[in-house]
Amino acid sequence: MSDRIIFDDVSKFYGEVLGVNRVTLSLPPGITSLVGPNGSGKTTLMNLMTGLIRPTRGSVSVMGVAPADAYEFFRMVGYCTQFDSFPRGVTGWEFVYDSLLLHGMEAKQASALANEALIRVDLGPAANRKVAGYSKGMRQKARLAQSIAHHPTVLILDEPLNGLDPMARAESLALFQELGRQGMHVVISSHVLEEVDRISDRVVLMTGGYVIAEGDIHQVRQEVRDKPLQVLVRCARPELLASRIFETDHCVEAKLHADGNGVFVRTRDVDQFYLLLNRIVADGLVQIEAITPADDDANAIYQYLIGGDGESA
Amino acid sequence: MTREKISAAIKSLKDKPWRLWGTQLRCLVALETRRNLFSWRATWVYFLAFAPTVIILLHALFGRGRERETLSEDTMVLAGIFQFYYVRVGIFFGTLGIFTGLIRGEMVERSLHYYMLSPVRREVLLLGKFVAGSLRALLLMGTAVLGSFALMYLPFGAAGQRYVFDGPGMSQLLSYLLITALACMGYGAIFLLFSMMMKNPAPAALVLMGWEAISSVMPSFLQKFSIATYLRHLMPITVPGEGIFALLTVRTEPTPTWLAVAGALTLTAAILVVSCWRMRFLEISYTTE
Repeated sequence: MSDRIIFDDVSKFYGEVLGVNRVTLSLPPGITSLVGPNGSGKTTLMNLMTGLIRPTRGSVSVMGVAPADAYEFFRMVGYCTQFDSFPRGVTGWEFVYDSLLLHGMEAKQASALANEALIRVDLGPAANRKVAGYSKGMRQKARLAQSIAHHPTVLILDEPLNGLDPMARAESLALFQELGRQGMHVVISSHVLEEVDRISDRVVLMTGGYVIAEGDIHQVRQEVRDKPLQVLVRCARPELLASRIFETDHCVEAKLHADGNGVFVRTRDVDQFYLLLNRIVADGLVQIEAITPADDDANAIYQYLIGGDGESA
Repeated sequence: MTREKISAAIKSLKDKPWRLWGTQLRCLVALETRRNLFSWRATWVYFLAFAPTVIILLHALFGRGRERETLSEDTMVLAGIFQFYYVRVGIFFGTLGIFTGLIRGEMVERSLHYYMLSPVRREVLLLGKFVAGSLRALLLMGTAVLGSFALMYLPFGAAGQRYVFDGPGMSQLLSYLLITALACMGYGAIFLLFSMMMKNPAPAALVLMGWEAISSVMPSFLQKFSIATYLRHLMPITVPGEGIFALLTVRTEPTPTWLAVAGALTLTAAILVVSCWRMRFLEISYTTE
C-alpha cells in the first residue's frame, strides 16, 4: 500500500469557475503546509482529498485508498474543516462521541476515545457544555478533537490556528509536530505563515488554483534563484561593507539595518557574494558576526513566486 | 445471466459488511432522532399535525350542546378530515418540513460534512436519515391521527366504545394509521430526493401536490407514479366529493389492500434507490448554498 497522498492531474471547476487546475502532487508522511492567499485553492484541494467534492478530471488517493471507499478511507483520515458550524444542540463531548459511534465502535470505547481527544486539545473541563456556548477558540478545539479522536494516520487541517489565542496556537503547533514525528501525514493550510513554516517538512505554494511550487522550503527557494537572494550580514561597520559590496555587479541592493549593526544585501549570485564576503573578512576590513538568509521563509518565497519583492514580514 | 454469475453476485452480496452497516444505520437513526425529534424550529409541523386534533377536542368540549350528532355523521367527518386534511395537507407539508431538513437543512446549517467525513457509506447515511425522518413523521402524524380518532368517539361514551371495539372503528383506525405510515414514507422519500436535487424544494412540492390531486384522472400507467393513487385504495370510508373535491375522492378500479400497500412501498423503494445514487455523488459546497 502506498504511504503517500497522491493527486494525479486533478482539476476542479465549479461551473465555469476554476477551483484548482492540473494539480499533480505526491505527498510523503510528515507535515505539509498548503500556503496561498484566499481563493488560491487550498480548501478545494483539501475537500478533494477527503471526497467532499469530486474532481472534474484526474484522481485523488490517500495511502492508496480513494474517498469513495468510505469505511477504509475515513478510518485513517481525520479532517478538521474551517466550517465553524456544528450539529444543533450538542455538547463538545457528544460531538466527538457521536462521530466515534459512526465508526461502529462500542459505546465504552467511543467514550474513552472521546475523553482522550478532548483532554488532548485541552477541552476536558468544558466537554459537557453545549458547543453553542463555546468561544471561537473552543469550537476550533472541539473540531480538532473530533478529527483526531479515532487516531487517524492522515490528519487534514484547514486553517486550524484561526481563532486560537497565542498559547493555544503554540499548543496546537506542538501537537501537530508531535503527530508528524509519529509518522502521520499532517496537511495544514494556514495564513499564519511564520508558524506553519517553522513546523513544516514541506510546503505547497498555491495561487489562482495552481500549484506554483512544492517541496522542502529550501528546495523551493532554489526554484526562484532568478530572484535576488536577501541576506542579513551582522557586522560592526556596515557602511564600509555596503560600499565594498556596491563595487560588484551581482549585488543589486544594500540597506543598513535599523539598529546600525548590520546590512541587508540583495544579490543575484549568492556564490559570488559569499566569495566576496570571504575576501573582505580575510582582508580584515570588517568583522562579521553573523550571516542570515533574510528571505528564506515561506512568506518571502510566496511573495517572490506571485510577483512580489520577497520582503518578509 | 449464467448460474455462475448469479452465484458470484450472491456471494458478493453475502461478503458485504451487513452487520457493520446495520450498526451504523441504528446509530444514525438514534443520533438523528435525539437531535431532531423535538425542535422549536419544527413548531409549524406540530401545528399542522395537531390542529385538527385541537379543533375536535374543542368541539367535543363545547360544541355538542345544540344538536346531537350521530356516530355515522362523525365517522364521515373524521374520514373527510383524514382524506382532505391529513393526507393532502398535514402529512404532505409535514413530511416536506421534516425530510427536506435532513439533507438540505444540514447543508444550510453547514453541518452535513460531519456525516460525509465519517466512515459510513453514503447509501447507509441516506437510509439512516430516511428511517429517522419516517419514524419522526410517523410518531407525530400517527399520534395526531390517533388523538383525533379517540376524541371523535370518546364523547359518545358506551356507543362510541362499542363502535370502536365491537364495530368497524378499529379496522378504520388501523387503515388510517397504515395510510399515515405509507404517506409519511412515500412523500418523505420524494422530498428527501427533492432536497438533494434543488436548493428550494418548495416549488417542486407544489407541483407534486397538483400532480397528486389530478393523478386519479390520469391514464392508468401514470397513476402508478403517484403515492395518492395507492393511498386512495386503502381509505376505509369513501367521502362523497363535489366539484373540485371530486378529484380528491374519485375511486378508480378496485385494488386489493396488499397490492396497494406493495405498490406504495415499491414506489417508495424506487425513489430511495434514485436518492442513494444521487447521494453517492453529492458534493459539499456550502459557499453555493
